[in-house]
Amino acid sequence: MSAALALGDDALVLSHRLGEWAGHAPVLEEEVALANIALDLLGQARTLLSLVGDEDELAYLREERAFRNLQLVEQPNGDFAHTIARQLYFSTFQRLLFGQLATGGGEFAALAAKAVKEVAYHQDHAEQWTLRLGDGTAESHERMQRACDALWRFTGEMFQPVEGVDADWEALRSGWLESVTAVLERATLTVPDTADTGAWSAGAGRQGLHTESFGRMLAEMQHLHRSHPGASW
Amino acid sequence: MTAVTAETTAATTHQARFDAAVAADERIEPRDWMPDDYRASLIRQMAQHAHSEIIGMQPEANWITRAPSLRRKAILMAKVQDEAGHGLYLYSATETLGAGRDELLDKLHSGRQKYSSIFNYPTLTWADVGAIGWLVDGAAITNQVPLCRCSYGPYARAMVRICKEESFHQRQGYELLLALSQGAPAQHEMAQDAVDRWWWPSLMMFGPPDDASAHSAQSMAWKIKRHSNDELRQRFVDICVPQAEALGLTLPDPDLRWNEERGHHDFGAIDWDEFWQVLKGNGPCNEQRISQRLKAHEEGAWVREAAAAYAARAASKKSAASDESDGSGEKRDEAQVEATA
Repeated sequence: MSAALALGDDALVLSHRLGEWAGHAPVLEEEVALANIALDLLGQARTLLSLVGDEDELAYLREERAFRNLQLVEQPNGDFAHTIARQLYFSTFQRLLFGQLATGGGEFAALAAKAVKEVAYHQDHAEQWTLRLGDGTAESHERMQRACDALWRFTGEMFQPVEGVDADWEALRSGWLESVTAVLERATLTVPDTADTGAWSAGAGRQGLHTESFGRMLAEMQHLHRSHPGASW
Repeated sequence: MTAVTAETTAATTHQARFDAAVAADERIEPRDWMPDDYRASLIRQMAQHAHSEIIGMQPEANWITRAPSLRRKAILMAKVQDEAGHGLYLYSATETLGAGRDELLDKLHSGRQKYSSIFNYPTLTWADVGAIGWLVDGAAITNQVPLCRCSYGPYARAMVRICKEESFHQRQGYELLLALSQGAPAQHEMAQDAVDRWWWPSLMMFGPPDDASAHSAQSMAWKIKRHSNDELRQRFVDICVPQAEALGLTLPDPDLRWNEERGHHDFGAIDWDEFWQVLKGNGPCNEQRISQRLKAHEEGAWVREAAAAYAARAASKKSAASDESDGSGEKRDEAQVEATA
């Protein structure tokens, strides 16, 4: 499996999910913020996929079994708390990973150095909302806790080593857990105590095994492109 | 002099000063005196402009998840994001007149304030995204460039910023249509169909004809508006005809032809019944647009409440902390007041 494909698919799929929020956000400022994050991720995806081949062929003409993204990023948006929990988990991971890659001098160093600045903003945005929802009202606290719990089982997959990505995966896992724990505790939330790898899900997305909603997401994303084979846009 | 005549004299002086400023093309600023009708008229126009940006996100956002290439998807996402930003500028500018954003959104949600009629038309194919960029943004720019010289300073300055970004969108929309028009036959057909559906609604964006426009004369006297609806519409038609030719697409108007004598294009009659129907709420998407906006607002209520509760708690923690550290924050403020006095 190409490492660039795995990291590129993560960014592509999460960007798509965030794009679904356009016109539906709880405040106008979040229309701007969510679209901004989606755009950053789409930019990362385009760079990464272009390392592998033609970005549009890869995005629009692969079927779901050929996608290598984490199951976490394909999870439906749910309510705003679910979107924020997904973003907190993923952007914390991305920031630590790109932080390592930026200093490592490997294949992804230049890309990681650029992306880590964007991802720092994404992580800050997710943390600030985790605090507001966790330590806001009783309802927001409950929703945020539920979201953190529901998505927890998809987090273990992030630390399954990806071949070709020269990272210290154990340090990544412990750094991630420390960072997320600190935010959840400040937000008066409980760190989920269920297994962080569902019995089935560990490493599954990376092998092209996805959750059911993903195929439907791809059907929507790819429909127009596939309807006009060979066309340029 | 009695109190009443003193007041009347003051009002006359204010009015005279305001009239002189408008006549001299000076900008009216938020703290300047202005006639109540001028304020109310600006609030109406600016709020409806802000609402149009917000509702206008919907027809285009409808295609974000289906954009046919990653480059086009990035452009479209950036555009929809810009529109949210334009809405925010315009609400801020409207707030300088003393109207709160929440109150304005309420009026949008309850139908007491309107948004541009154009956004009540559906985006049925990908080419509609290009037609909106070319025609709808093109019409908006034709309307908005003169507003950069509008007599109310905050509105004029918002329009300068907005027009810069809009002109990018417009060129991108045009380029999208050009790619389709020069593409495969099915793509060309898609582009033509979109232009056929968006042309007349775009002409309606300039508002009713001059003899049926309720606010025009007063707005022009106040220099909020600089040109009449029909003048701007004519300017737009004259700009679009050669652009359509360059695209290799036709405009759906058999009466459209160059008039040598006038130095303008003549064009066919607009279906004003359709215009008034859409304005009254009976267009193809009126109901859907407002429902979606309302749904986003209502489903987001708990998020806004959480942010407010968090902010209130943070503020009370902060003031408790400052009370502990030096006795009283208020005392320091008093000292500052004395020092500056």
